[in-house]
Amino acid sequence: MSILQVRDVAYAYPDGLQALYGVNLTVSRGERVALLGPNGAGKTTLALHLNGVLEAGAGSVHVGGLKLNRANLKEIRRRVAIVFQDPDDQLFMPTVREDVAFGPANLGIRGAELEARIHEALAAVGMTEHAHRPPHHLSYGQRRRVAVATVLAMRPQILVMDEPTSNLDPAAKRELADILQGLDLTMLMVTHDMPYALEMCERAVVMNRGMITADGPTREIMADEALMRANRLELPYGFDPSFSR
Amino acid sequence: MSGGHTHGHGLFVHGHSRLHRLAPHCKVAGAIAFVFAVVATPREAFWAYGVYAGLIVALTLSARVPLATLARRLTVETPFLIFAIALPLLARGERIDVAGMSLSIEGLWAAWNILVKATLGTATMMLLVSTTPITSILRGLQRLRVPSVIVAIGGFMIRYADVIASEMRRMKVGRQSRGYEPRVFWQARALASSAGTLFIRSYERGERVHLAMMSRGYEGAMPELTDVEASSTDWMVAFLVPAMAAVVCAGAWL
Repeated sequence: MSILQVRDVAYAYPDGLQALYGVNLTVSRGERVALLGPNGAGKTTLALHLNGVLEAGAGSVHVGGLKLNRANLKEIRRRVAIVFQDPDDQLFMPTVREDVAFGPANLGIRGAELEARIHEALAAVGMTEHAHRPPHHLSYGQRRRVAVATVLAMRPQILVMDEPTSNLDPAAKRELADILQGLDLTMLMVTHDMPYALEMCERAVVMNRGMITADGPTREIMADEALMRANRLELPYGFDPSFSR
Repeated sequence: MSGGHTHGHGLFVHGHSRLHRLAPHCKVAGAIAFVFAVVATPREAFWAYGVYAGLIVALTLSARVPLATLARRLTVETPFLIFAIALPLLARGERIDVAGMSLSIEGLWAAWNILVKATLGTATMMLLVSTTPITSILRGLQRLRVPSVIVAIGGFMIRYADVIASEMRRMKVGRQSRGYEPRVFWQARALASSAGTLFIRSYERGERVHLAMMSRGYEGAMPELTDVEASSTDWMVAFLVPAMAAVVCAGAWL
Protein backbone atom coordinates (compact mmCIF):
# COMPACT_ATOMS: atom_id res chain seq x y z
CA MET A 1 0.00 0.00 0.00
CA SER A 2 1.52 3.30 -1.01
CA ILE A 3 1.96 5.95 1.63
CA LEU A 4 3.67 8.56 -0.53
CA GLN A 5 2.79 9.46 -4.09
CA VAL A 6 4.63 12.15 -6.00
CA ARG A 7 3.18 12.85 -9.44
CA ASP A 8 4.80 15.01 -12.13
CA VAL A 9 6.23 17.44 -9.62
CA ALA A 10 8.07 20.31 -11.28
CA TYR A 11 9.65 23.24 -9.53
CA ALA A 12 11.67 26.32 -10.41
CA TYR A 13 13.31 28.48 -7.75
CA PRO A 14 12.23 32.14 -7.63
CA ASP A 15 15.47 33.09 -9.41
CA GLY A 16 14.34 31.01 -12.40
CA LEU A 17 16.57 27.99 -11.80
CA GLN A 18 14.57 24.91 -12.75
CA ALA A 19 15.29 22.26 -10.10
CA LEU A 20 12.70 19.56 -10.77
CA TYR A 21 11.39 18.48 -14.17
CA GLY A 22 8.39 16.27 -13.48
CA VAL A 23 9.29 13.81 -10.74
CA ASN A 24 7.27 10.64 -10.17
CA LEU A 25 7.81 8.55 -7.07
CA THR A 26 5.69 6.09 -5.11
CA VAL A 27 6.78 4.76 -1.74
CA SER A 28 5.04 1.95 0.12
CA ARG A 29 4.39 1.86 3.83
CA GLY A 30 7.40 0.63 5.77
CA GLU A 31 9.82 0.97 2.86
CA ARG A 32 13.25 2.49 3.34
CA VAL A 33 14.34 4.34 0.24
CA ALA A 34 17.73 5.91 -0.46
CA LEU A 35 17.66 8.99 -2.66
CA LEU A 36 20.98 9.10 -4.49
CA GLY A 37 22.40 11.59 -6.92
CA PRO A 38 25.14 14.17 -7.48
CA ASN A 39 25.11 17.63 -5.92
CA GLY A 40 22.50 19.85 -7.53
CA ALA A 41 20.41 16.92 -8.76
CA GLY A 42 17.35 18.25 -6.90
CA LYS A 43 17.28 15.74 -4.03
CA THR A 44 16.86 18.29 -1.26
CA THR A 45 14.41 20.30 -3.34
CA LEU A 46 12.30 17.17 -3.76
CA ALA A 47 12.50 16.45 -0.03
CA LEU A 48 11.22 19.95 0.75
CA HIS A 49 8.20 19.27 -1.42
CA LEU A 50 7.15 16.27 0.58
CA ASN A 51 5.81 18.31 3.49
CA GLY A 52 4.92 21.43 1.57
CA VAL A 53 7.79 23.66 2.61
CA LEU A 54 8.20 24.24 -1.10
CA GLU A 55 5.09 24.44 -3.23
CA ALA A 56 5.29 22.54 -6.50
CA GLY A 57 4.88 24.62 -9.65
CA ALA A 58 3.12 21.65 -11.22
CA GLY A 59 2.12 18.16 -10.16
CA SER A 60 0.85 16.76 -6.87
CA VAL A 61 1.96 15.09 -3.66
CA HIS A 62 -0.22 12.64 -1.73
CA VAL A 63 0.64 11.42 1.75
CA GLY A 64 -1.40 8.54 3.09
CA GLY A 65 -4.09 9.34 0.51
CA LEU A 66 -4.27 12.99 1.55
CA LYS A 67 -3.48 15.48 -1.18
CA LEU A 68 -1.05 18.19 -0.16
CA ASN A 69 -2.65 21.61 -0.32
CA ARG A 70 -2.84 24.70 1.86
CA ALA A 71 -5.86 23.49 3.77
CA ASN A 72 -4.21 20.35 5.12
CA LEU A 73 -0.64 21.59 5.36
CA LYS A 74 -0.62 21.06 9.11
CA GLU A 75 -1.71 17.45 8.87
CA ILE A 76 0.81 16.75 6.07
CA ARG A 77 3.60 18.26 8.16
CA ARG A 78 2.61 16.01 11.01
CA ARG A 79 2.75 12.98 8.73
CA VAL A 80 5.99 13.84 6.94
CA ALA A 81 8.94 14.75 9.13
CA ILE A 82 12.12 16.22 7.69
CA VAL A 83 15.48 16.01 9.44
CA PHE A 84 17.68 18.71 7.97
CA GLN A 85 21.33 18.32 7.14
CA ASP A 86 22.75 20.74 9.71
CA PRO A 87 21.43 20.06 13.21
CA ASP A 88 22.19 23.67 14.10
CA ASP A 89 19.43 24.63 11.67
CA GLN A 90 17.04 22.16 13.20
CA LEU A 91 17.68 22.80 16.88
CA PHE A 92 16.73 26.40 17.52
CA MET A 93 15.21 26.33 20.99
CA PRO A 94 17.18 27.10 24.18
CA THR A 95 17.11 23.52 25.47
CA VAL A 96 16.81 20.02 24.00
CA ARG A 97 13.53 19.45 25.79
CA GLU A 98 11.92 22.60 24.44
CA ASP A 99 13.13 21.77 20.97
CA VAL A 100 11.54 18.33 21.09
CA ALA A 101 8.37 19.93 22.46
CA PHE A 102 8.21 22.49 19.65
CA GLY A 103 6.63 20.23 17.02
CA PRO A 104 3.94 18.56 19.12
CA ALA A 105 3.18 21.88 20.85
CA ASN A 106 2.49 23.38 17.44
CA LEU A 107 0.02 20.54 16.94
CA GLY A 108 -1.76 21.76 20.04
CA ILE A 109 -0.53 19.07 22.41
CA ARG A 110 0.01 20.14 26.02
CA GLY A 111 0.44 18.80 29.51
CA ALA A 112 0.94 15.13 30.27
CA GLU A 113 0.55 14.07 26.65
CA LEU A 114 3.30 16.51 25.65
CA GLU A 115 5.57 15.17 28.41
CA ALA A 116 4.93 11.64 27.19
CA ARG A 117 5.82 12.61 23.61
CA ILE A 118 9.04 14.30 24.72
CA HIS A 119 10.03 11.34 26.84
CA GLU A 120 9.22 8.82 24.13
CA ALA A 121 11.14 10.71 21.43
CA LEU A 122 14.23 11.31 23.56
CA ALA A 123 14.23 7.71 24.77
CA ALA A 124 14.06 6.49 21.16
CA VAL A 125 17.35 8.23 20.38
CA GLY A 126 18.95 7.62 23.77
CA MET A 127 19.14 11.28 24.77
CA THR A 128 16.83 11.34 27.79
CA GLU A 129 19.48 12.46 30.26
CA HIS A 130 20.38 15.48 28.11
CA ALA A 131 16.86 16.92 28.04
CA HIS A 132 17.72 20.09 29.92
CA ARG A 133 20.96 20.91 28.15
CA PRO A 134 21.24 23.61 25.50
CA PRO A 135 21.88 22.07 22.05
CA HIS A 136 25.26 23.79 21.66
CA HIS A 137 26.62 21.78 24.60
CA LEU A 138 26.12 18.54 22.72
CA SER A 139 28.48 16.74 20.36
CA TYR A 140 27.63 16.75 16.68
CA GLY A 141 26.41 13.15 16.78
CA GLN A 142 24.22 13.89 19.78
CA ARG A 143 22.77 16.93 18.05
CA ARG A 144 21.92 14.82 15.02
CA ARG A 145 20.13 12.34 17.28
CA VAL A 146 18.20 15.12 19.01
CA ALA A 147 17.25 16.44 15.57
CA VAL A 148 15.72 13.03 14.85
CA ALA A 149 13.93 13.15 18.22
CA THR A 150 12.41 16.55 17.44
CA VAL A 151 10.53 15.05 14.51
CA LEU A 152 9.77 11.69 16.15
CA ALA A 153 7.85 13.62 18.81
CA MET A 154 5.34 14.49 16.10
CA ARG A 155 4.73 10.75 15.52
CA PRO A 156 5.18 11.02 11.77
CA GLN A 157 4.43 8.36 9.19
CA ILE A 158 7.34 9.19 6.93
CA LEU A 159 10.81 10.22 8.01
CA VAL A 160 12.75 12.20 5.41
CA MET A 161 16.42 12.72 6.17
CA ASP A 162 18.80 15.02 4.32
CA GLU A 163 22.28 13.50 4.49
CA PRO A 164 21.92 11.94 7.92
CA THR A 165 25.54 10.80 8.07
CA SER A 166 27.28 14.01 6.99
CA ASN A 167 29.97 15.12 9.45
CA LEU A 168 29.45 12.07 11.66
CA ASP A 169 32.37 9.93 12.73
CA PRO A 170 32.00 6.17 12.12
CA ALA A 171 30.90 5.44 15.69
CA ALA A 172 28.21 8.12 15.59
CA LYS A 173 27.09 6.78 12.22
CA ARG A 174 26.76 3.33 13.74
CA GLU A 175 24.74 4.68 16.69
CA LEU A 176 22.42 6.54 14.35
CA ALA A 177 21.99 3.45 12.15
CA ASP A 178 21.03 1.37 15.17
CA ILE A 179 18.46 3.98 16.20
CA LEU A 180 16.99 4.26 12.70
CA GLN A 181 16.84 0.47 12.27
CA GLY A 182 14.77 0.32 15.44
CA LEU A 183 12.12 2.74 14.14
CA ASP A 184 9.00 1.37 12.55
CA LEU A 185 8.71 4.13 9.97
CA THR A 186 8.75 4.68 6.25
CA MET A 187 12.05 6.38 5.45
CA LEU A 188 13.43 8.43 2.61
CA MET A 189 17.12 9.14 2.97
CA VAL A 190 18.99 11.67 0.83
CA THR A 191 22.61 10.58 0.93
CA HIS A 192 26.02 10.41 -0.71
CA ASP A 193 27.05 7.63 1.65
CA MET A 194 26.75 4.50 -0.50
CA PRO A 195 27.59 1.87 2.14
CA TYR A 196 25.08 3.46 4.48
CA ALA A 197 22.42 3.52 1.76
CA LEU A 198 23.06 -0.14 1.03
CA GLU A 199 22.90 -1.08 4.67
CA MET A 200 19.80 0.90 5.53
CA CYS A 201 17.71 0.89 2.38
CA GLU A 202 16.52 -2.01 0.28
CA ARG A 203 15.47 0.37 -2.47
CA ALA A 204 17.33 3.22 -4.13
CA VAL A 205 16.09 6.03 -6.32
CA VAL A 206 18.64 7.92 -8.42
CA MET A 207 18.13 11.56 -9.35
CA ASN A 208 20.07 13.60 -11.83
CA ARG A 209 19.38 17.06 -13.28
CA GLY A 210 15.95 17.29 -11.67
CA MET A 211 14.68 13.93 -12.86
CA ILE A 212 14.51 10.42 -11.53
CA THR A 213 16.86 8.36 -13.67
CA ALA A 214 16.74 5.00 -11.92
CA ASP A 215 14.67 3.20 -9.31
CA GLY A 216 15.30 -0.31 -8.04
CA PRO A 217 16.91 -2.54 -5.43
CA THR A 218 19.90 -0.68 -3.94
CA ARG A 219 22.28 -3.54 -4.55
CA GLU A 220 21.39 -3.82 -8.26
CA ILE A 221 21.66 -0.11 -8.84
CA MET A 222 25.06 0.08 -7.20
CA ALA A 223 26.26 -2.94 -9.20
CA ASP A 224 25.30 -1.25 -12.50
CA GLU A 225 28.54 0.53 -13.35
CA ALA A 226 27.26 2.26 -16.47
CA LEU A 227 24.22 3.60 -14.65
CA MET A 228 26.32 4.80 -11.76
CA ARG A 229 28.80 6.58 -14.03
CA ALA A 230 26.04 8.19 -16.09
CA ASN A 231 24.65 9.72 -12.91
CA ARG A 232 27.95 10.93 -11.43
CA LEU A 233 27.74 8.33 -8.69
CA GLU A 234 30.72 6.46 -7.31
CA LEU A 235 31.32 3.70 -4.85
CA PRO A 236 34.03 4.15 -2.23
CA TYR A 237 37.37 2.55 -3.09
CA GLY A 238 37.34 -1.15 -2.32
CA PHE A 239 33.61 -1.26 -1.69
CA ASP A 240 31.78 -4.17 -3.28
CA PRO A 241 27.99 -3.88 -3.19
CA SER A 242 27.54 -7.59 -3.90
CA PHE A 243 29.23 -8.41 -0.64
CA SER A 244 26.75 -9.22 2.08
CA ARG A 245 27.08 -10.25 5.65
CA MET B 1 30.69 34.95 24.66
CA SER B 2 34.32 35.92 24.73
CA GLY B 3 36.90 33.64 23.17
CA GLY B 4 36.88 29.87 23.08
CA HIS B 5 34.00 27.74 24.12
CA THR B 6 31.99 29.33 26.88
CA HIS B 7 29.77 26.29 26.70
CA GLY B 8 26.82 28.55 27.02
CA HIS B 9 26.84 28.68 30.78
CA GLY B 10 27.69 32.29 30.15
CA LEU B 11 27.34 34.35 33.28
CA PHE B 12 25.70 31.74 35.46
CA VAL B 13 27.57 30.89 38.67
CA HIS B 14 26.56 27.43 39.75
CA GLY B 15 25.01 27.21 43.21
CA HIS B 16 22.14 26.02 45.35
CA SER B 17 21.33 29.10 47.45
CA ARG B 18 17.80 30.32 48.10
CA LEU B 19 18.39 32.95 45.46
CA HIS B 20 19.44 30.29 42.95
CA ARG B 21 16.38 28.18 43.66
CA LEU B 22 13.84 31.00 43.45
CA ALA B 23 11.39 30.75 40.53
CA PRO B 24 12.88 32.75 37.64
CA HIS B 25 9.87 34.96 36.95
CA CYS B 26 9.77 36.01 40.63
CA LYS B 27 13.47 36.83 40.46
CA VAL B 28 13.15 38.83 37.24
CA ALA B 29 10.18 40.77 38.62
CA GLY B 30 11.99 41.35 41.92
CA ALA B 31 15.13 42.60 40.17
CA ILE B 32 13.12 45.00 38.03
CA ALA B 33 11.22 46.29 41.06
CA PHE B 34 14.51 46.84 42.89
CA VAL B 35 15.94 48.81 39.97
CA PHE B 36 12.79 50.94 39.84
CA ALA B 37 13.20 51.81 43.52
CA VAL B 38 16.83 52.77 42.91
CA VAL B 39 16.00 54.93 39.92
CA ALA B 40 13.16 56.68 41.75
CA THR B 41 15.40 57.73 44.64
CA PRO B 42 16.39 61.43 44.76
CA ARG B 43 20.06 61.87 43.89
CA GLU B 44 20.79 63.92 47.02
CA ALA B 45 19.99 60.99 49.35
CA PHE B 46 23.51 59.54 49.56
CA TRP B 47 22.60 57.32 52.51
CA ALA B 48 19.90 55.55 50.46
CA TYR B 49 22.45 54.48 47.86
CA GLY B 50 24.65 53.16 50.63
CA VAL B 51 21.76 51.00 51.83
CA TYR B 52 21.06 49.74 48.27
CA ALA B 53 24.71 48.81 47.77
CA GLY B 54 24.65 47.05 51.14
CA LEU B 55 21.56 45.05 50.12
CA ILE B 56 23.18 43.96 46.87
CA VAL B 57 26.39 42.93 48.65
CA ALA B 58 24.37 40.99 51.25
CA LEU B 59 22.39 39.17 48.53
CA THR B 60 25.56 38.41 46.60
CA LEU B 61 27.19 36.93 49.68
CA SER B 62 24.09 34.89 50.53
CA ALA B 63 24.09 33.48 46.97
CA ARG B 64 27.80 32.63 47.33
CA VAL B 65 28.64 34.54 44.19
CA PRO B 66 32.19 35.91 44.63
CA LEU B 67 32.11 39.70 45.03
CA ALA B 68 35.18 39.92 42.81
CA THR B 69 33.26 38.20 39.99
CA LEU B 70 30.41 40.64 40.34
CA ALA B 71 32.80 43.59 40.42
CA ARG B 72 34.59 42.37 37.31
CA ARG B 73 31.31 42.05 35.45
CA LEU B 74 30.42 45.63 36.32
CA THR B 75 33.04 46.76 33.82
CA VAL B 76 30.50 46.23 31.01
CA GLU B 77 28.99 49.59 31.92
CA THR B 78 32.26 51.47 31.36
CA PRO B 79 31.42 52.78 27.84
CA PHE B 80 28.18 54.23 29.14
CA LEU B 81 29.94 55.99 31.97
CA ILE B 82 32.26 57.95 29.69
CA PHE B 83 29.31 60.16 28.82
CA ALA B 84 28.54 60.67 32.51
CA ILE B 85 32.14 61.61 33.29
CA ALA B 86 32.11 64.22 30.52
CA LEU B 87 29.03 65.93 31.95
CA PRO B 88 30.74 68.05 34.69
CA LEU B 89 33.06 69.46 32.02
CA LEU B 90 30.37 70.16 29.45
CA ALA B 91 27.28 71.15 31.40
CA ARG B 92 26.39 74.83 31.87
CA GLY B 93 25.45 76.73 35.00
CA GLU B 94 27.25 77.50 38.26
CA ARG B 95 30.81 76.20 38.35
CA ILE B 96 33.21 75.09 41.00
CA ASP B 97 36.99 74.71 40.87
CA VAL B 98 38.26 71.26 41.69
CA ALA B 99 41.99 70.59 41.39
CA GLY B 100 42.35 73.44 38.92
CA MET B 101 39.46 72.29 36.70
CA SER B 102 36.30 74.29 36.37
CA LEU B 103 33.38 71.91 36.80
CA SER B 104 29.67 72.51 36.52
CA ILE B 105 27.82 71.81 39.77
CA GLU B 106 24.72 70.70 37.90
CA GLY B 107 26.94 68.48 35.73
CA LEU B 108 28.51 66.91 38.81
CA TRP B 109 25.09 66.07 40.20
CA ALA B 110 23.96 64.62 36.89
CA ALA B 111 27.14 62.54 36.60
CA TRP B 112 26.73 61.20 40.13
CA ASN B 113 23.10 60.41 39.44
CA ILE B 114 23.94 58.41 36.31
CA LEU B 115 26.99 56.76 37.83
CA VAL B 116 25.31 55.50 40.98
CA LYS B 117 22.04 54.41 39.39
CA ALA B 118 23.69 52.69 36.42
CA THR B 119 26.15 50.88 38.68
CA LEU B 120 23.46 49.67 41.09
CA GLY B 121 21.21 48.68 38.19
CA THR B 122 23.98 46.77 36.44
CA ALA B 123 24.97 45.05 39.67
CA THR B 124 21.37 43.95 40.23
CA MET B 125 21.11 42.47 36.74
CA MET B 126 24.53 40.82 37.05
CA LEU B 127 23.39 39.22 40.28
CA LEU B 128 20.24 38.03 38.50
CA VAL B 129 22.15 36.40 35.63
CA SER B 130 24.75 34.99 38.01
CA THR B 131 22.09 33.09 39.91
CA THR B 132 19.70 32.20 37.07
CA PRO B 133 20.53 30.11 33.99
CA ILE B 134 19.78 32.06 30.85
CA THR B 135 17.14 29.58 29.68
CA SER B 136 15.28 30.02 32.97
CA ILE B 137 15.35 33.78 32.52
CA LEU B 138 13.72 33.34 29.12
CA ARG B 139 11.04 31.12 30.63
CA GLY B 140 10.60 33.68 33.40
CA LEU B 141 10.11 36.45 30.86
CA GLN B 142 7.58 34.32 28.99
CA ARG B 143 5.77 33.70 32.24
CA LEU B 144 5.73 37.43 32.94
CA ARG B 145 3.85 37.90 29.64
CA VAL B 146 6.68 39.58 27.80
CA PRO B 147 5.63 39.44 24.10
CA SER B 148 6.65 36.04 22.74
CA VAL B 149 8.42 37.62 19.76
CA ILE B 150 10.82 39.39 22.14
CA VAL B 151 11.42 36.20 24.11
CA ALA B 152 11.95 34.27 20.88
CA ILE B 153 14.49 36.81 19.61
CA GLY B 154 16.33 36.56 22.92
CA GLY B 155 16.27 32.78 22.68
CA PHE B 156 17.60 32.73 19.12
CA MET B 157 20.34 35.19 20.05
CA ILE B 158 21.54 32.96 22.84
CA ARG B 159 21.17 29.80 20.81
CA TYR B 160 23.10 31.11 17.82
CA ALA B 161 25.71 33.35 19.46
CA ASP B 162 28.08 30.37 19.73
CA VAL B 163 27.28 29.14 16.22
CA ILE B 164 28.02 32.55 14.71
CA ALA B 165 31.10 33.03 16.89
CA SER B 166 32.53 29.74 15.71
CA GLU B 167 31.75 30.68 12.11
CA MET B 168 33.71 33.86 12.72
CA ARG B 169 36.61 31.88 14.17
CA ARG B 170 36.65 29.62 11.12
CA MET B 171 36.78 32.66 8.83
CA LYS B 172 39.69 34.05 10.85
CA VAL B 173 41.55 30.75 10.64
CA GLY B 174 40.85 30.80 6.90
CA ARG B 175 42.44 34.25 6.58
CA GLN B 176 45.41 33.32 8.73
CA SER B 177 46.09 30.07 6.92
CA ARG B 178 46.44 32.06 3.74
CA GLY B 179 49.11 34.16 5.35
CA TYR B 180 46.99 37.11 6.41
CA GLU B 181 48.25 37.99 9.87
CA PRO B 182 48.30 41.76 10.16
CA ARG B 183 48.74 43.72 13.34
CA VAL B 184 45.68 44.41 15.43
CA PHE B 185 44.86 47.72 13.84
CA TRP B 186 44.87 46.46 10.26
CA GLN B 187 42.87 43.43 11.25
CA ALA B 188 39.97 45.86 11.30
CA ARG B 189 39.85 45.97 7.51
CA ALA B 190 39.58 42.23 7.09
CA LEU B 191 37.07 42.18 9.91
CA ALA B 192 34.90 44.72 8.13
CA SER B 193 34.79 42.69 4.93
CA SER B 194 34.23 39.47 6.89
CA ALA B 195 31.32 41.11 8.66
CA GLY B 196 29.49 41.32 5.34
CA THR B 197 30.10 37.66 4.60
CA LEU B 198 29.10 36.74 8.11
CA PHE B 199 25.89 38.70 7.77
CA ILE B 200 24.96 36.85 4.56
CA ARG B 201 25.79 33.50 6.12
CA SER B 202 23.72 34.28 9.19
CA TYR B 203 20.87 35.48 7.02
CA GLU B 204 20.94 32.23 5.05
CA ARG B 205 21.03 30.26 8.25
CA GLY B 206 18.00 32.22 9.38
CA GLU B 207 16.18 31.10 6.25
CA ARG B 208 17.12 27.46 6.86
CA VAL B 209 16.01 27.67 10.48
CA HIS B 210 12.72 29.13 9.32
CA LEU B 211 12.26 26.17 6.93
CA ALA B 212 12.96 23.78 9.80
CA MET B 213 10.43 25.61 11.97
CA MET B 214 7.74 25.47 9.29
CA SER B 215 8.41 21.77 8.80
CA ARG B 216 7.42 21.24 12.39
CA GLY B 217 4.17 23.09 12.12
CA TYR B 218 5.28 26.64 12.99
CA GLU B 219 2.57 29.09 11.97
CA GLY B 220 3.90 32.38 13.22
CA ALA B 221 3.51 31.98 16.99
CA MET B 222 5.97 30.33 19.32
CA PRO B 223 4.28 27.70 21.47
CA GLU B 224 4.25 28.56 25.16
CA LEU B 225 6.11 25.90 27.01
CA THR B 226 6.23 27.48 30.41
CA ASP B 227 6.72 24.95 33.13
CA VAL B 228 7.92 27.19 35.93
CA GLU B 229 5.72 27.39 38.97
CA ALA B 230 6.10 29.74 41.91
CA SER B 231 4.68 29.45 45.41
CA SER B 232 3.51 32.52 47.31
CA THR B 233 6.61 32.07 49.47
CA ASP B 234 8.71 32.45 46.32
CA TRP B 235 7.03 35.74 45.56
CA MET B 236 7.46 36.91 49.15
CA VAL B 237 11.15 36.02 49.20
CA ALA B 238 11.70 37.59 45.81
CA PHE B 239 10.10 40.87 46.88
CA LEU B 240 11.67 41.03 50.34
CA VAL B 241 14.67 43.07 49.21
CA PRO B 242 12.77 45.18 46.67
CA ALA B 243 10.27 46.02 49.43
CA MET B 244 13.10 47.18 51.67
CA ALA B 245 14.41 49.25 48.77
CA ALA B 246 10.95 50.77 48.30
CA VAL B 247 10.87 51.77 51.97
CA VAL B 248 14.32 53.33 51.66
CA CYS B 249 13.20 55.18 48.53
CA ALA B 250 10.08 56.49 50.27
CA GLY B 251 12.22 57.50 53.25
CA ALA B 252 14.57 59.43 50.98
CA TRP B 253 11.68 61.52 49.61
CA LEU B 254 10.31 62.45 53.05
